[in-house]
Amino acid sequence: MTQVRVLVGTRKGAFILTSDEKRQKWDVSAPHFSGWEIYHINGSPVNPNRLYASQTSDWFGQVIQRSDDGGSTWEAVNNDFAYIGDPGTHLFYDDSQKPWAFKRVWNLQPGLADPELVYAGVEDAALFVSKDGGQSWQELAGLRDVKGHMWQPGAGGLCLHTILLDPANPQRLYVAISAAGAFRSEDGGITWLPINKGLISDGELPDPGADVGHCVHSLAMHPSKPGVLFMQKHWDVMRSDDSGDMWHEVSGNLPSDFGFPIVVHAHEPETIYVVPIKSDSEHFPPDGKLRVYRSRSGGNDWEALTNGLPQKDCYVNVLRNALAVDTLKDCGIYLGTSGGQAYVSADSGDHWETIVHNLPPVLSVEVQVIK
Amino acid sequence: MIRVVLPYHLQRLANTGRVVELEVEPPVSQRSILDALEARYPMLRGTMRNRATSERQPFIRFFACNEDFSLTSPDAPLPDAVVQGKEEFMIVGAMAGG
Repeated sequence: MTQVRVLVGTRKGAFILTSDEKRQKWDVSAPHFSGWEIYHINGSPVNPNRLYASQTSDWFGQVIQRSDDGGSTWEAVNNDFAYIGDPGTHLFYDDSQKPWAFKRVWNLQPGLADPELVYAGVEDAALFVSKDGGQSWQELAGLRDVKGHMWQPGAGGLCLHTILLDPANPQRLYVAISAAGAFRSEDGGITWLPINKGLISDGELPDPGADVGHCVHSLAMHPSKPGVLFMQKHWDVMRSDDSGDMWHEVSGNLPSDFGFPIVVHAHEPETIYVVPIKSDSEHFPPDGKLRVYRSRSGGNDWEALTNGLPQKDCYVNVLRNALAVDTLKDCGIYLGTSGGQAYVSADSGDHWETIVHNLPPVLSVEVQVIK
Repeated sequence: MIRVVLPYHLQRLANTGRVVELEVEPPVSQRSILDALEARYPMLRGTMRNRATSERQPFIRFFACNEDFSLTSPDAPLPDAVVQGKEEFMIVGAMAGG
C-alpha cells in the first residue's frame, strides 16, 4: 500500500506525519529530538528509509542525525563542518568584515542516485558534501571564491539554504544564499559561477544589479526541465529559461511579490506555487488571509488558492523550506506555518485540509511517497 | 572516578543518565574530563565546545563545588573533591531567554 510520509522540522523537534495515498487521515508522531531546532529533515530519493536531520541548538551546537528505518531509530553521525583553509571574512550588517564561523546546517540534500551522498548547506554560508552517509564532511570551498567577502547575512543569517541537483547532469548543482545570491557549478561543486543577471535589488544594494549580494529566498526546478529555474527573491518572483544565465520577473498579479518558498508541481513543469507575505517588515499574509498562489503558466498569471486555508485573522508565515509537493498522480501540496499548522492539498492546491493544528513553529517540510 | 552531570538534552543525545562516571588520568581539568567524556560518547563532540576552536560553547557552563569554572583555563586543575569523586563536575546549559 502506498504511504505518504511528511517530514516536518520545527523549532522544538521533528515530527513525522503519515497517511495513505488519500491523504485524509494522518498519524502524527511523537516529537523526535524534542526541544531542539530541526532546520531540515530530508530523505534519500534512492532509499526512502534513509533520512538525514539537522538538529541544532544555540546551547549545544550542531548534530547531524541519520536514520535507516524511516525515522524509527536514529544515529548521530559526524558534525565536524570544518572550512578548508582560512575562510577569511564576510560583510556584516554594519559594513564591517566579520570572520567566517560555522553556526548550523540549514539544508540537507541527499544525492539523486546514491543514498550515501548528501550535501549540507550551512551558516556561515558554505556547501559541504559527504560521500559516506554523513560519517565525514568536506567543504566545496570553491563556492566561497565567488566574492565571498562581499556576501552578507540576511535577517536569518548568512545561510546557504537551497540546494538543487540537476537530474540530467550529475555535475551540475545550484545553491542559493541569503544575502549573496544564486550560484551554479558545472563540475560537481569544485568551481562556481554567480547566476544573478536580471535580478534587481533596488534599495537593498548600492548597485541594484550587482553580480552578488542579492537576497535570494529559494529556488525551484522541475526534474523534466532542469534548465528552467524559478526563484522567490526577497522581493520579486523570478524565472530563468537558461539555467540561471538570465532572470526575468514573473511576479505578475501577485498581491505582494515578497515571500520565502517556491515549488513546482510534480507533473506540470509550468505550474508553480508561492506564498506571498506582506513585506520585508511584516512577515504575514496580506489582509490576514493565508493564500497560496498558483501559476499554471510558469509565472505572471496567478490565482489565489484559499479553500480550506484560514481567510480571517491569520498572521502566520511560511518559511522557505516549508512548502513541498508529493509525486502522487493527484499532486499533493504541503505547507507548514510559523504558527505550527501543517496543511495538505491532495488536488494540486484546489482544496486544503489541516493535518495538524498545534505543532511548534515549522521550519521545514519534505514529503516522501513510499510504494 | 570523576562524576559528571550532563544537562537533559545531552543525556538524551548520549542515551545516558544524569550522572556519568569517568576514569580520568591526572591532572584532572575541564579539558581532560571533556576529552574522556567525548571519547566514551562521540555523539557529544561539538555540543559542549566548538569543534574548530575547542572553545566552550557560549551557553554552556561548568560548575563544581558551588563555584563557576566556566571562565577559568580549560587546563587548570580542578578541586580535589572533584578528582576524588566527592563532588560532581556539572555541565550546565545556561539560563537564557524566557
